[in-house]
Amino acid sequence: MSAPRSGPDWRKVDAHPDFRKLVNARKGFIIPAFIFFCTYYFTLPILAGWFPDLMKTKVIGPLNVAYLFALSQFFMAWIVALLYVRAAARFDRMAKEVLEKNH
Amino acid sequence: MSTPLIMFVGFILVTLIITWKAARQSSGSSNYFAAGRGITAWQNGIAVAGDYMSAASFLGIAGIIAFQGYDGFMYSVGWLVAYLTVLLVVAEPLRNAGSYTMADVLAYRLRPRPVRAMASLSTLIVSTFYMIAQMVGAGTLVALLLKGSGIGFNGAVAGVGVLMVAYVVFGGMLATTWVQIIKAILLIAGTILLSVLVLGHFDFSFAAFFDAITHVKSGGKVVNFLEPGLRYKPPYGAIDLISLGLALIFGTAGLPHILVRFYTVPDAKTARISVVWAMFIIGAFYIMTTFLGFGAATILGSDFIKLNGGINMSAPLLAQRLGGDIFFAFISAIAFATILAVVAGLTISASTSFAHDFYTNVLHHGREQRPGEQVRVAQITAVVVGIVSIIIAILLGPAFNVAFLVGLAFAVAASANLPVIVFSIFWKRFNTAGALSGLGVGLVGSLILIAIGPSVMGVDADTVVGAARHMIQSQPIFPLENPGIVSIPLGFLGAFIGTLCGNEPESEEKFAEMEVRANTGLGAEKATAH
Repeated sequence: MSAPRSGPDWRKVDAHPDFRKLVNARKGFIIPAFIFFCTYYFTLPILAGWFPDLMKTKVIGPLNVAYLFALSQFFMAWIVALLYVRAAARFDRMAKEVLEKNH
Repeated sequence: MSTPLIMFVGFILVTLIITWKAARQSSGSSNYFAAGRGITAWQNGIAVAGDYMSAASFLGIAGIIAFQGYDGFMYSVGWLVAYLTVLLVVAEPLRNAGSYTMADVLAYRLRPRPVRAMASLSTLIVSTFYMIAQMVGAGTLVALLLKGSGIGFNGAVAGVGVLMVAYVVFGGMLATTWVQIIKAILLIAGTILLSVLVLGHFDFSFAAFFDAITHVKSGGKVVNFLEPGLRYKPPYGAIDLISLGLALIFGTAGLPHILVRFYTVPDAKTARISVVWAMFIIGAFYIMTTFLGFGAATILGSDFIKLNGGINMSAPLLAQRLGGDIFFAFISAIAFATILAVVAGLTISASTSFAHDFYTNVLHHGREQRPGEQVRVAQITAVVVGIVSIIIAILLGPAFNVAFLVGLAFAVAASANLPVIVFSIFWKRFNTAGALSGLGVGLVGSLILIAIGPSVMGVDADTVVGAARHMIQSQPIFPLENPGIVSIPLGFLGAFIGTLCGNEPESEEKFAEMEVRANTGLGAEKATAH
């Protein structure tokens, strides 16, 4: 094709519409996911600090809102991680296609 | 020889054999610094968890819950949630665009020498603070666990220091990784066993267990340990916890000894899967740790723990009560292995950064003068780091309050390292001036806020003596122990304003390359064949 180069043509790949689609798709997952997990996490100390009576409300037997909400944080983190892995498999396929088209 | 000592020696022998085997593998920078990039996803996941689950999290969190109940559980949550930042933002771009250190990613677009020098300084500060905290903790703990064996604080500190240097100098990243893996498996096994014993004590009835937690005898009163408010009290309690949460969520993804782990795997996909492995291990570990803490609160009670070695002995004492002296020895040996593995991880990340960033790239413009020089410099650095931390830990002594040093390490990682990592991956306009000012403001801001905060400043009663006293005897100027809520925005602001002040078309031009590398893995460092 063009003059031989020592490395890949980064600018050409970067400007390729499929690559732009990949970058946007990735940001489309990461930014909302980041905002979601930060909001969910920081709700915990805010409730504990300013709404202690709500946190002390018992839900199941001795288990109160405070304990169940803190425990749910672990499952929230695992679920977001697994959703990301699934989305990332899609990003991997898109990246592979971009590289094949720009070979 | 006491049983704990026999188990300590057993762990040391196994890890030294691994180190000896790793030392016989082929040499070279990629093998020494990144284990040939041949670590698999589950191995690296366990090793990341091993690097992260320090004695502070095992003994410390169990102890906080044993004394302060629910608030300790709430404290433990942030340590796991923080891994979402590592997973979503940092792990894959780092693996795709770097080779050995965090600074590789920064140096890509920016002027490499000043940026590497500054990033290396920040790495050394984070690692050294974290390491001194671990060493002082190790000395206190080993002396306590091996009571009667004749090994005191100084001996324990020196022993831990010599071993960590041996792993790193002779075995490099491969040996350090396997030390982490063995330690993490032991730690998880011990935690599972102890949790099962706790539930067994309540006839495997969760209802009976949680019922007991709501009626804990503490200081002559009956307290519901499932309710918040025992640790984080008004007026600043909740804000301090939020500030710590920010330091964890932004700082974990800026910890040099965690970041280097992503260079040991073959590609970005493996790095991603390894974070998920780490998250399941770390999460399960923290949930079980809360069982240990609540177990210690209900079965032993804080009054008993106070009389028998103090808050950090909650988990070992619980093991002794439920499983006898052999189990106490096993849990003690695990605590020792935990400390040893974490300091080895810190040593290798500090010496890698000094050798690769400062020596090779800043002093010698990225070229090795002689083959194998970079590895040799790292080995010498590891020895120096070991000697310096042994001396500082012994000078500070067992009574020195080290908790704030870990907080400081996270604050620097969050306020100095993370803003510049994020900007260099995602912001086209970012430049060298921005990186230097971000690193500088984050670093200095964290240090000053800690120095004028309640960890360093405070008025002690005359009964408090020696190293346990606050360093400055006056009311703290800054009210929070954790400076993150102020220092992290400062770090981002520093990087932002610095960038606007500079103008660097080269950096903007190279952004295309950075973006393609980070998103596709094109041109990423390959695994070396074994």
